[in-house]
Amino acid sequence: MSFNKKHLLGIQYLTKSEILTILDTAESLKEISKREVKKVPALRGKTIINLFFEPSTRTRSSFELAAKRLSADISSFSKASSSAVKGETLKDTVLNLEAMQTDALIIRHSASGTPHFLSTFCRSHVINAGDGTHEHPTQALLDAFTIREEKGKLKGLKVVIVGDILHSRVARSNMFLLNKMGVKVVLVGPPGLVPPQMARLGAQVDYNMDRAVQDADVIMMLRIQLERQQKNFFPSVREYRNLFSLTPKRFETARKNAIIMHPGPINRDIEISTQLADSLKSVILKQVENGIAIRMAVLYLLLGGKERDVTD
Amino acid sequence: MLLIKNGHVIDPHSGLDKKTDILIKNKKISDIKENISSVGKKSIDASDKIVAPGFIDMHVHLRDPGQEHKETIETGSKAAAKGGFTSIACMPNTVPVNDNSGTTEYIIAEAIKRASVNVFPIAAVSMGQKGELLTEMADLIKSGAIAFSDDGYPVSNSQLMRRCLEYARELNTLIIEHCEDLDLSSGGVMNEGYPSYLLGLQGIPDYSETVMVARNIILAEKTNSRLHLAHMSTKGSVELIKAAKNKGLKITSEVTPHHLFLDDSLLSDYDTNLKVNPPIRTKLDNKSLIEAVKQGIIDVFATDHAPHSPDEKEVEFNEAPFGINGLETAVSLILDKLVNKKIISLNRLVEMYSCNPAKILGLENKGKIEIGSDADLTIIDTEKEITVDVNTFQSKSRNNPFHSWKLKGSPVVTIVGGKVAYSSLKQNPSAE
Repeated sequence: MSFNKKHLLGIQYLTKSEILTILDTAESLKEISKREVKKVPALRGKTIINLFFEPSTRTRSSFELAAKRLSADISSFSKASSSAVKGETLKDTVLNLEAMQTDALIIRHSASGTPHFLSTFCRSHVINAGDGTHEHPTQALLDAFTIREEKGKLKGLKVVIVGDILHSRVARSNMFLLNKMGVKVVLVGPPGLVPPQMARLGAQVDYNMDRAVQDADVIMMLRIQLERQQKNFFPSVREYRNLFSLTPKRFETARKNAIIMHPGPINRDIEISTQLADSLKSVILKQVENGIAIRMAVLYLLLGGKERDVTD
Repeated sequence: MLLIKNGHVIDPHSGLDKKTDILIKNKKISDIKENISSVGKKSIDASDKIVAPGFIDMHVHLRDPGQEHKETIETGSKAAAKGGFTSIACMPNTVPVNDNSGTTEYIIAEAIKRASVNVFPIAAVSMGQKGELLTEMADLIKSGAIAFSDDGYPVSNSQLMRRCLEYARELNTLIIEHCEDLDLSSGGVMNEGYPSYLLGLQGIPDYSETVMVARNIILAEKTNSRLHLAHMSTKGSVELIKAAKNKGLKITSEVTPHHLFLDDSLLSDYDTNLKVNPPIRTKLDNKSLIEAVKQGIIDVFATDHAPHSPDEKEVEFNEAPFGINGLETAVSLILDKLVNKKIISLNRLVEMYSCNPAKILGLENKGKIEIGSDADLTIIDTEKEITVDVNTFQSKSRNNPFHSWKLKGSPVVTIVGGKVAYSSLKQNPSAE
């Protein structure tokens, strides 16, 4: 398998075959996490730094564990414990870290385009762990991996993404990926959060949740950030729940074996009913589990792991 | 005495459009005729060159006082001279804001000491540019303020806008307005549209400009005032200005080269040198603005020269300041993209870079080549090919998105008050 990208900046910069390479690699790496000794020497001697300028539970731990299971050395820091609070510029912070001979930098940042910015001056591989409202490529990859695992395919499915599409990097990355794979994507939410022009990114836009979920194979709910109400994107949580929450009644109209996804963290009983979130239809925790395999695959492919080091 | 020999003189104001000589004496133009003898005079050979009344950039940020790490009156005026400008009008968003005669007088005194070109301060409309209380306009005019603007910000309060237009009308001075609805643009960093959705950057809708253009036109009409609209960027604004002009209102406007020739699809790499306010819009807007230049709907080319230091621009896109450093590329861009491509005539270029800004700012002895007018001249070589290199800028800053562009046509000599402020010709003015 060949993978010639230096950085992982976003799904929009990957070809279909590169995406498939990552998914297939993740499939073969997934079983490592089920071994008694969950570790292979593929990236022994590689140094990776997790730069998290935004809070994160899942993504940060997932990248850390993925790196460790491949035997890379990884060090993580968050904004609060970095020199950013002393006014150091991001470029200076990163150049100082690179001086410690890093091989890869995994970055989560609130400003869109920050991984691009790093890639203009970094020697190390840059991996986007979520930038502003731009992209979250490993989330889309793990979502596609999970859908493929559950449905046996991607092409021809109907995926409905519901919520704050405008501000969602998860929605964008998913849209780009699913579009390349021949999946029909429908975006649903209040008009301000789903601008009609977003259809040009490769999706249908609908403002009626009841209509959109009909015949869906996958319903992907996004976290609704309560501060959006302050900016009048919707009038109240109550009204949002009435119009866009995934309830058992709405879910009934989807395809028989439809699955429910959510990138987390969830607002129980706001965007999704607790009953559904905890039901067998929900693959939310499988997404988290698969996240490790996807991030192992990304690190392995970018940092040039050897195939013989992952097989028994 | 300085003699400009054999140049093709273009002056739309007097209708001059022929090969002739120009003699300068005591900072004024003293003669215009063919075959003036060069004996005993310093002379410049302008054969195969265009000689035009000195170009005026009525929208420049010099950052002085207060932000001298970005630009100073000295470096900004040097950049202007190199760019072919003999006069510049500088915006009041300095530190402190130019809302008082002391700051206006400082700028004028500093310019006399160090500037390469004429510098005309524009004072603030409101104290501290806060949009609350009017500045002492009469006093500021006495100190040398040439016009008033809160540029960088709009005058959001419509009542204040009305009052300042009324007040300025009776002082016969000019208000220049930065048209932006701050609620619509709030948080935005680029034009709103497909590219902003693709990049995940918060958009500034084009109508955040257009709704304010509409409001301002209504207020100018109701107060029977003159009003100049800065850096127009949208098709919608062009349509409103066209209607206002057809109605006979005293509305003038300007456009920058970056709004004419750049569009939001270029932002795909998050280049902060393309981050500017108003943002670069769409190809459709480019087209409409160029058409407005052709048809005389827009009156002036201006740069909105906004220098920022490299450190300030080498940051996350959201963190970078808005602004493009434009003085040293503006004339070449119009020559290459509009004149040499036969979209507009040289005559129209000179109108928009010299005659019109002089008229709008009330600079009676500028913007024309007549006996007795100020000896400010811009000499152009329409055939000269250049490659833009920000490292050769006279400006202190480098934030120009046209770096490495190849352009045909360039200013070659800038004469300010009869003195050579800049020359790229091999020859030096020499006495025979």
